[in-house]
Amino acid sequence: MKKTPKRDLFPGALEMMILQTLRRQPSHGYALVQHIKQTSHDLLQIEEGSLYPALQRLLKEELVKAEWGVSSTNRRVRIYKLTAAGAKHLELEVSSFERMLEGITHVLAPGEL
Amino acid sequence: MNWLRQLFSRRRMYGELSEEIQEHLEEKTAELVAGGMSREEAAYAARREFGNVNLVEENGRDIWRWLAIENFFADVRYSLRMLGRNPMFTAVGMLTIAIGIGANTAVFSVVNSVLLKPLNYPRSQELVALTKIAPGAAGLADFRNGLLLSPSMYFTYAEQNRTFQALGVWVPDTANVTGLAEPEQVRTVDVSDGVLQALAVSPTLGRWFSQEDQIRRGPERVMLSYGYWQRRFAGDRTVVGRNVLVDSRSREIIGVMPQGFRFLDTDFDLIVPLAFERGKAILAGFGYHGIARLKPGVAIAEANTDMIRMLPIWMDSWSNGPGTNSHIYETWKITPMIHPLKQEVLGNINEVLWVVMGTIGLVMMIACANVTNLLLVRVESRQQELAVRAALGAGWARIVRGLLVESVLLGLMGGALGVGFAYAGVHFLVATGPANLPRLSEISVDTRTLEFAFLVSVLSGLLFGLIPALKYAGRRKTLDLRSAGRAISVSRERHRARNLLVIGQMAMAVVLLVSAGLMIRTFKALRSVDPGFTDAQRLQLMRISIPGSLVAEPERVTRMQNEIADKLGAIPGVKSVGFASEMPMEGFDSDWDAIYAQDKTYSEGEIPPLRLYKHLSPGFLETSGTRIIAGRELTWTEVYGLRPVAMVSENLAREMWGTPSAAIGKRLREYSSMQWHEVIGVLQDVRENGVQEKSPETVYWPPLMKGLFGPGPVVQAVRTVTFAIRSERAGTQAFLNEVRQAVWSVNSNLPLASVQTMQNVYDKSVARTSFTLVMLGIAGTMAVALGMIGIYGVISYTVSQRRREIGIRLALGAQRGDVLQMLLGQGARTALVGVAIGIGSALGLTELMRSLLFGVSAQDPVTFAGVAVLLTFVALLASYIPARRATLVDPTVALRYE
Repeated sequence: MKKTPKRDLFPGALEMMILQTLRRQPSHGYALVQHIKQTSHDLLQIEEGSLYPALQRLLKEELVKAEWGVSSTNRRVRIYKLTAAGAKHLELEVSSFERMLEGITHVLAPGEL
Repeated sequence: MNWLRQLFSRRRMYGELSEEIQEHLEEKTAELVAGGMSREEAAYAARREFGNVNLVEENGRDIWRWLAIENFFADVRYSLRMLGRNPMFTAVGMLTIAIGIGANTAVFSVVNSVLLKPLNYPRSQELVALTKIAPGAAGLADFRNGLLLSPSMYFTYAEQNRTFQALGVWVPDTANVTGLAEPEQVRTVDVSDGVLQALAVSPTLGRWFSQEDQIRRGPERVMLSYGYWQRRFAGDRTVVGRNVLVDSRSREIIGVMPQGFRFLDTDFDLIVPLAFERGKAILAGFGYHGIARLKPGVAIAEANTDMIRMLPIWMDSWSNGPGTNSHIYETWKITPMIHPLKQEVLGNINEVLWVVMGTIGLVMMIACANVTNLLLVRVESRQQELAVRAALGAGWARIVRGLLVESVLLGLMGGALGVGFAYAGVHFLVATGPANLPRLSEISVDTRTLEFAFLVSVLSGLLFGLIPALKYAGRRKTLDLRSAGRAISVSRERHRARNLLVIGQMAMAVVLLVSAGLMIRTFKALRSVDPGFTDAQRLQLMRISIPGSLVAEPERVTRMQNEIADKLGAIPGVKSVGFASEMPMEGFDSDWDAIYAQDKTYSEGEIPPLRLYKHLSPGFLETSGTRIIAGRELTWTEVYGLRPVAMVSENLAREMWGTPSAAIGKRLREYSSMQWHEVIGVLQDVRENGVQEKSPETVYWPPLMKGLFGPGPVVQAVRTVTFAIRSERAGTQAFLNEVRQAVWSVNSNLPLASVQTMQNVYDKSVARTSFTLVMLGIAGTMAVALGMIGIYGVISYTVSQRRREIGIRLALGAQRGDVLQMLLGQGARTALVGVAIGIGSALGLTELMRSLLFGVSAQDPVTFAGVAVLLTFVALLASYIPARRATLVDPTVALRYE
């Protein structure tokens, strides 16, 4: 079913973005997607649905927790919050991601060598 | 316990996930509507943005579970549901597999118990049979046992060997036990020192024989088998130390062997010490089976070398009496051929069992082909379902796995049922006890057999599931969604798999039928051999032994036998009676020696070939139906008058004098001090060693004569003889009662042994052939039946698929005959290709069963042609029924079909 030409995110990227978003403020799934889409200026083509399995993974590893609540638009939604473990995990992930990015950037940078 | 909590809260979580996703979609839709879209459009867009809801849900759920296992169980549940929804298909498939696996498991349990399991002795791999061949000693070293050991050989080997831990000789025998209840003839095993030590099975009660018990004229002792102990002494533990009368001699019981202990494959009641007299041992007397336990780490080749080293020692240490040449045995070319004891027990049965296992395996393949066919049809009718599943996002692997789980499940269910069949089959087999199968009592369905059944079930499930799964699971063309399940047209490709299967089935059926056919021809060839006796069904046999302790004087022994024959002859319905030292094919250790003719000259030290020696009473030939070729039978007057007469077999007469009539009047003797015996009759050749074996050259002596057992003027009688009674009533219980009364009216201390008809003896001698025949017959019949179903299925399916096409043909003016011909042609072509391949394979494969054949070539053209014609006919028949149905198609109905 992967007919549309689309670059997949690397494993763990979506989780990282979710955790980062949740660190600012607990929110429910739909809001999460919208936030990620907007802040990435729609550059990342994320299928909205793919968020949910990622959230389930984070729940399972207890990096986030969920509670039913009411959204600003008065809907019954599940609101996800970052846990302490989640915050720690995020830090580690971000720093390792930055190192990786730096490495890749160096290699790709034209003219240097 | 986190995972446990998760496990139990999963259902709720899944619900929450679904709800959450619904909320997401609704929120999105609401937002889009607010942005000015119509509700319908908005809902659609929301879904598009979201992706595959089911897949997301499933992936979300997957996070929480042990994927592999749970998917597997889901597949199992689903498969069970699918199988349950189609009970007819499931039942037919299961039954086909059950029959195949049942037959295979039953045969495997036999192969396992008989061929694969070690013998029932401690460290049995060390046990060997001390067999040797002696090409120079023709008949003496017979085809079954090779050259047996003499007592002097035993002494030499036991004392001089360097490679054995223990070594001894033994021989099966019979003895009369009196004084307990009715006189009873029991089976004994006579053993030398070393035999029990080699077998190393401790007695349940008491002790083994010691060396002291092996001294002639020493203490007389005996050991009991477990069965005899239970039967005669009711398992009384105080039996040790008591005495029994064995052949009128009192022997002390010193031990009881444990339950299940057997001598190789011989069941016995008593073990008696041989107690050889060392001082009287000569070189000759080759009548004992050697058995030994190798020292740890010694190879059979080393033991053979050791035996070769000891042969000259043996010849130097012993003699056959003054004036004889001890090194005469060099001309016999005695060669040790030690082999594992297990091989000795199995004899030549392993070829038969492997052939049977192979054929039954082929039947299994045919059964699998049929199930594959069924599955192909079914998968085709399920294409729509599969296409839907694929469209919903199920991966290729997932669908293949689902289909395989289903077929393996079918295999396992069939296997479970099949194991039931196997239990019944093995039970039946052990109860009927065919083919003198060795180790019959050990045959059972054990863990290894069950493992085998399980393995075969899974493998066959994979085998017949793989083809349909690979063929259809991968198709995800959108076309399938629309077209599957409706027969627009049938692609050639779809047919190819099925046709190939039918071709394979036909080919395997040909192989099986050809094998069965060759066995039938073998059996017929055996039947047509004149065995040297007639109408075996009406020939009652029994064996009577008159021990020296009962009647000492030789002539009185013969007179008693004569009296018994007369009494038996007086029983109503008896035509004639006679007796002989043994009947053909009875398999008793027979007597062999060289014979010298008066009119021939022999060079110094020359020993002519060995001939079979037998003793016949007057009246025996008439009773057995053995024809006299020339001359006449001997008379009682000649017997009692100790007249030096003899008879010879036709082949011996021809070899020595050219024609049977030329033999009459010629004179023979066994050794130089024996008086010359005149040949008075020539008898037809008798198949003494079994129908398949060539008739041995035979000399027939009177039952009472001078020098019967060696040089000397002493008159001796044959004390153990088989009586033959010719009567219509042979084998009936009433008749046997009268026979017993007649014998006991002469002497009430005489037990009757080996009471059977000649037909039993004959059947036993062809048992291996008939067993193979029956097994191959069953396999062949199953193969034909399954092959017929296969062809029928394919043609019916073709017809159902081509209904419309046939309707069009008929509407356009095709004759019904043409349609019939077309369909029959398709069936015939498939069958012929299969038959051709089958004939080709059979030409090679039947070579493997050459040793089982008799009087027929492994490439017998009659059998091959017959099978080809038969199977082609069967294939046409199987195609005819559905083809005929096709011609009855009403064109208008067929065209309106869709």
